[in-house]
Amino acid sequence: MQRSEIHSGLKAYLSRLSNLFLPLSVLVLLIVINLIKGADYFSFTMVKGAIYGNIPNILFGASELVILSIGMTLVIAASQGPDIAIGAAATITSAVFVWFVLNAGEVTLLTIVAAFLISCVAGLVIGVFNGSLVSILRVQPVIATLILFMGGRSIAFMIDGKLSPILANDISNQIGTVIPGVPIQTPIILTVVFIAIVAVVLKTTNLRLYVESVGINPDAARLNGINPKKIIFLTFLIMGICCAVAGFIAVNKAGRHDSVNLLKFIMMDAILAVAIGGNNLSGGKFSITGSIIGAYTIEILNRTLLRLEIETETIKAFKAVFIIILMVVGSPVVRVFAGKVINRIRTGGFRSVLKRSATKSVKEE
Amino acid sequence: MKSLNANKPKTRLSNSNLLFLIALVIFALMYLIAIISFPDSFMQFQTFFDLFNLNAPLIIMTLGLCVVMIVGGIDISIGAVCGLVTMACAMLLESEMGSIWGALLLALGIGIAFGLLHGYLIAYLEIQPFIITLAGLFLAQGLLTTLHKDPINVTMPAFVALRDFKIMIPWLGTQNRLGVFIPCQIKPGVIVVVVLVVFFAALMKWSRFGRNVYAVGGNIQSARILGINVKRTIFFSYVICGLTAGIAGFVFIMTTGAGNIGNGALFELKAIASNIIGGILLNGGVGNLLGAPIGTLTLLVINELIRAAGVQSNFQAIVAGLLLYLFIVLQGIVIALRGERKFRIALPPWLRLPWLKGKKKAEKQE
Repeated sequence: MQRSEIHSGLKAYLSRLSNLFLPLSVLVLLIVINLIKGADYFSFTMVKGAIYGNIPNILFGASELVILSIGMTLVIAASQGPDIAIGAAATITSAVFVWFVLNAGEVTLLTIVAAFLISCVAGLVIGVFNGSLVSILRVQPVIATLILFMGGRSIAFMIDGKLSPILANDISNQIGTVIPGVPIQTPIILTVVFIAIVAVVLKTTNLRLYVESVGINPDAARLNGINPKKIIFLTFLIMGICCAVAGFIAVNKAGRHDSVNLLKFIMMDAILAVAIGGNNLSGGKFSITGSIIGAYTIEILNRTLLRLEIETETIKAFKAVFIIILMVVGSPVVRVFAGKVINRIRTGGFRSVLKRSATKSVKEE
Repeated sequence: MKSLNANKPKTRLSNSNLLFLIALVIFALMYLIAIISFPDSFMQFQTFFDLFNLNAPLIIMTLGLCVVMIVGGIDISIGAVCGLVTMACAMLLESEMGSIWGALLLALGIGIAFGLLHGYLIAYLEIQPFIITLAGLFLAQGLLTTLHKDPINVTMPAFVALRDFKIMIPWLGTQNRLGVFIPCQIKPGVIVVVVLVVFFAALMKWSRFGRNVYAVGGNIQSARILGINVKRTIFFSYVICGLTAGIAGFVFIMTTGAGNIGNGALFELKAIASNIIGGILLNGGVGNLLGAPIGTLTLLVINELIRAAGVQSNFQAIVAGLLLYLFIVLQGIVIALRGERKFRIALPPWLRLPWLKGKKKAEKQE
């Protein structure tokens, strides 16, 4: 009895690990490629008391993508479709942020925090807009967010008032790069804090269970006393907060608010991160860890292609080939086939297969 | 109500035709509003034909996407494939051995190649369509920029002749301010559009493949139990979508005569939006193919209307988004009310169009 319990526990653990197997192995593969290209991949330098190098740059560059892919995982898991307006949403929230900071007069830490909170409110409003469409009117998420995708950047432009307002103050500069005395770049710290908050929320609340059950079968969830509309609405609110945080980091990194190009096409990368992380795009069970690894994998992939001195025009084609190979390896058909082969080798069935084919050939003779 | 219906039983309209009717009514309303607010431009037949002349590639793409959406998938690579086709054709036509037939073959080949790739990976390896077509989008964009970065203007005489070729309609036209009669002009792309619309409508309505597409989109399990080859149906729907993207690319270069990186950019989203307006649901199984061109025309009329009103370009995007919002809400409310059986909609027999009739038998009644 006990032994079987241990066995099943181990099996569950292994199956959870096998979902992460693909993204992790890709990550390792990419790092190996980088090491072959140059052994100094892990080296880093200290400039003015802060760490720079390949790995810190990857963590720095992927921070918005990681945050957005967390929200994207929840949205996809609950409502069975991606949110394609995250770039536009983050642009709007950061426009609100910049508008508040520029109109506040003297910039202190308090104004930055207040501006961030107001941008979070803007993110919540966007979440209400998308969430009400998806949950109450039962529109497909892709279509519901297409509205904001079409008009979002124009709204941000109108909040800006002029083409690209510049954030020229010390505090946002420090948020975008490094706070003096702290060795790690600030966006990395913010990302880690955000991930920690999400982890705590998922550990202490029933959110994961509810989202998964709604994603697997909304009707069954409703019969079990979970309101699917509320849960889907909630995931879009969380997505709004994620957009606000990502927009906050992105605009402070850039130092100016470019409503046309800020976080452009990031929804593609976020959806990819979710898929690479082993999550099913048709909802249900999800793994935030996988998505985070997927997001970092995409950033490493981009930087690896640059490091291999592939021309910038061809990078997208290489990325596409890489994604296709990855998805083929991770596809259910190939997985089942590989599982069969592994099983056969492990149980020694390989020999029996040989024997069977041998007897067959004998019979035929 | 009951007494009215008592003697002549009416068949319920299927969701497909209901949504199509809504789209048709909205399009007619939009065009009426356009005519009322800008009579001197929208009253001209040329304005109506120009909608087709300038946007033939988009309409062609929408048809292919419609098939994929009815089967329950999505293809977001079509815009990029169209751009790739224009650039490849432009390069071929500018090279020594360029010929129009060669360019046409190249366009179809590229389209079918992408369709085969997507179809195989999605149907037989069961990978999620969104991701695969996203990769196809990246692939097409990458190949496009690898081929050539700068715009190419095709100067081959035979092709320029084809580009400038217009069909005049002598009995239809307007008089300009000087009193000179200007006949209406149609580009050859429009004929391609008309032929394809008829072909696809017939394919979806009468062919075995078309009925299979509806069955698979409606419920994949029951389609399998019915003995339909689900994988092959999905596979061919993606091949058709790729093929239409290739044709759209060729029509695009036939209209503009230049290969450019920006060609066909974001057409996929326009195509999805116009399919939604046309009443083709993303869940699959619901939709009338004729809704696709109607949806595109509605979207285009809205854009023309906003442009004619002289609204600032930023407002244009917002207004377009708001109108899309209105359509979605309207469709959602209609479908929800219908689901609760609060009301029934049926056309009296004398109003029923002949092609609306036959569909009801085969279509899934929700």
